[in-house]
Amino acid sequence: MKALSAKLRMATRVFGAWTGMLLLLPLASLAQDAPHPDIPDTLRQRIAACTACHGVHGEGTPESGFFPRLAGKPAGYLARQLKDFQEGLRKYGPMEYTVGQLSPEYMHEIAEYFAAQEVPYSRSPLPQLPASTIKRGEELVTHGDPSREIPACASCHGSQLTGVQPDIPGLVGLPYDYISSQLGSWRTKTRATVAPDCMSEIANRLSESDISAVSAWLAGRELPADMHAQQAGSVTPPLHCGVLGDKGDGA
Amino acid sequence: MKRVLAIAVVLLLALGGWWLFHMQVTQPVSPSASEVTEATLKDPALIAKGEYLAAVGDCASCHTERGGVRYAGGRVLPTPFGNIPAPNITPDRETGLGGWSFEDFWQALHSGKGRHGELLYPVFSYTSFTKVTRDDALAIFAYLQSLPATNQAAKPLGLGFPYSVRNSLKAWRALYFQEGEFQPDPTKSDAWNRGAYLVQGLGHCNECHAPRDSLGGSQNKPSLAGGQIPVQNWYAPDLSTQANGGLEGWSEQDIIDLLKNGQSARGAAFGPMAEVVQQSTQHMRDEDLRAIATYLQSLPARVPVPEEKSQLDTRPILAQGAKVYAERCADCHGKDGNGVAGVYPPLNGNSSVNEPSGINAIRVVLLGGFPPVTKGNPRPYSMPPFAQQLNDSDVAAVVTYIRQSWSNHATLVMERDVIKNRHTPID
Repeated sequence: MKALSAKLRMATRVFGAWTGMLLLLPLASLAQDAPHPDIPDTLRQRIAACTACHGVHGEGTPESGFFPRLAGKPAGYLARQLKDFQEGLRKYGPMEYTVGQLSPEYMHEIAEYFAAQEVPYSRSPLPQLPASTIKRGEELVTHGDPSREIPACASCHGSQLTGVQPDIPGLVGLPYDYISSQLGSWRTKTRATVAPDCMSEIANRLSESDISAVSAWLAGRELPADMHAQQAGSVTPPLHCGVLGDKGDGA
Repeated sequence: MKRVLAIAVVLLLALGGWWLFHMQVTQPVSPSASEVTEATLKDPALIAKGEYLAAVGDCASCHTERGGVRYAGGRVLPTPFGNIPAPNITPDRETGLGGWSFEDFWQALHSGKGRHGELLYPVFSYTSFTKVTRDDALAIFAYLQSLPATNQAAKPLGLGFPYSVRNSLKAWRALYFQEGEFQPDPTKSDAWNRGAYLVQGLGHCNECHAPRDSLGGSQNKPSLAGGQIPVQNWYAPDLSTQANGGLEGWSEQDIIDLLKNGQSARGAAFGPMAEVVQQSTQHMRDEDLRAIATYLQSLPARVPVPEEKSQLDTRPILAQGAKVYAERCADCHGKDGNGVAGVYPPLNGNSSVNEPSGINAIRVVLLGGFPPVTKGNPRPYSMPPFAQQLNDSDVAAVVTYIRQSWSNHATLVMERDVIKNRHTPID
């Protein structure tokens, strides 16, 4: 399995390089007329500030989990994150500085770029947790905990947990460290979004061990064949969420 | 240094106490008793003029919290003396300028005093705004009064004793504040006078582009000679375009391009200037930008800084820096340091590379980033941040290399300068 995925990755890389060169061919013939022959007039070239950490295809750093993957996340979600960094709702100095003077239009264009990237998903290390914890994680993700008003993750993030267009990100294929630190940051208020901030409410209803359980089950789950986000409007969120234009029935 | 500060504080207190007895409390003027009628304040032409002037003065930048309602205040301005939150200037009766008359507003802008005669902290740049004409102030007031009222109370003042004693400002004002409208120089052109008025007054350029002393006073002789912005720790370069000036050799078009598009053939705006361009200068009329350029080009030549001969053998540092430069920088900025016209700024002869402190080059290498998005440059090319990829020694070496290559002759920077600037605050 491992060997196969490595081969696949290699094949995509070679294919990617060839298509890249093919795409560059027409540019090369234009280059003589262009004022800056060495600098491609592409969005990819323009956003070196982003790709230096997140990778040219938004692959992130799955090994360390430090720079999150952006590839394939819904565009509306990515654009919202940029805006939240710009407005100081999400706190991380280097991101806040980088997006400080960008326009909404440019942020959307950058979000579309990363949303359109197709990058194979890779597995990341999992912590050693007892089977009962993993079971609790599965229970929370698929059914929630009605006694504490915790909705199932799947009720918003899609039946396959691959997200929903255009604003809801997928949860599978993300590293344990990333999921748990995001849930933690909603509690420490270093990650927030427009009110009502439903994810903040949910994260604050979870206990610390719930966060480990949910993150571990999600990170360890077999990936569905189709990792694309579900079509827009295919879920009815059980909470009012500012990021979804306050849609949801509030149940 | 501490001793000098302590003596200064004691002196301030003594002076403050003496003046306390002479303090005059004034009463606000009610809008109904104002010499300005309500009809005047509702004049659409006056409001439109005020909107433009408020953009020129970049009022929204301080008086708006990140992500907050424009002009409703809340942005906290860090100073070496403590944090000062900018107040709400929307016409809300309870928390804003709702009950204010133009006379009250004029007293604040022109004299640096609140409605009740209380002395305002000069983080509100009345040292510059005092030069604004009464007509322009009226237009700005009419515009602010036309905004939707937002109820948002001011955050508490983050100043400790003795700075929390407003009357200590009497001494400060005696040292640094000269009240008075801009007086045109009849021997100069209209464009020069307009430029001088905008730069010295509403634009309040000298508040950043001049050194500040230990009491936070801005040096005005010579003006616009560049200085480090306290707490924010960026260096606002000298603005003279003549011999030894920070903008030596900049043409009128270079200045206009930077202010209008955020990027010129000579360099790009970044750090706090990126925000100034985005919020303020890109919205200015071409004739006003030209006037500013005319005035800046008339600033005198500067005294050359004697070249400091380093005791260190800099050859190994420069060799290390050259290697980093070739690997990380040359693809975009060119082996010759001349950049790519309209895309990547030159480092050769760049005012921010050569500024005396080295802070700007260090922080740009660490942070990378985008020039501001403007109408003229809606999709700017960006620079990768190197904070994660280069260690302190490599950053110091490459910055030293850049500062001492081609036509550049700035001082070297040390690893300790890099360490100090790895964790500087962002906002």
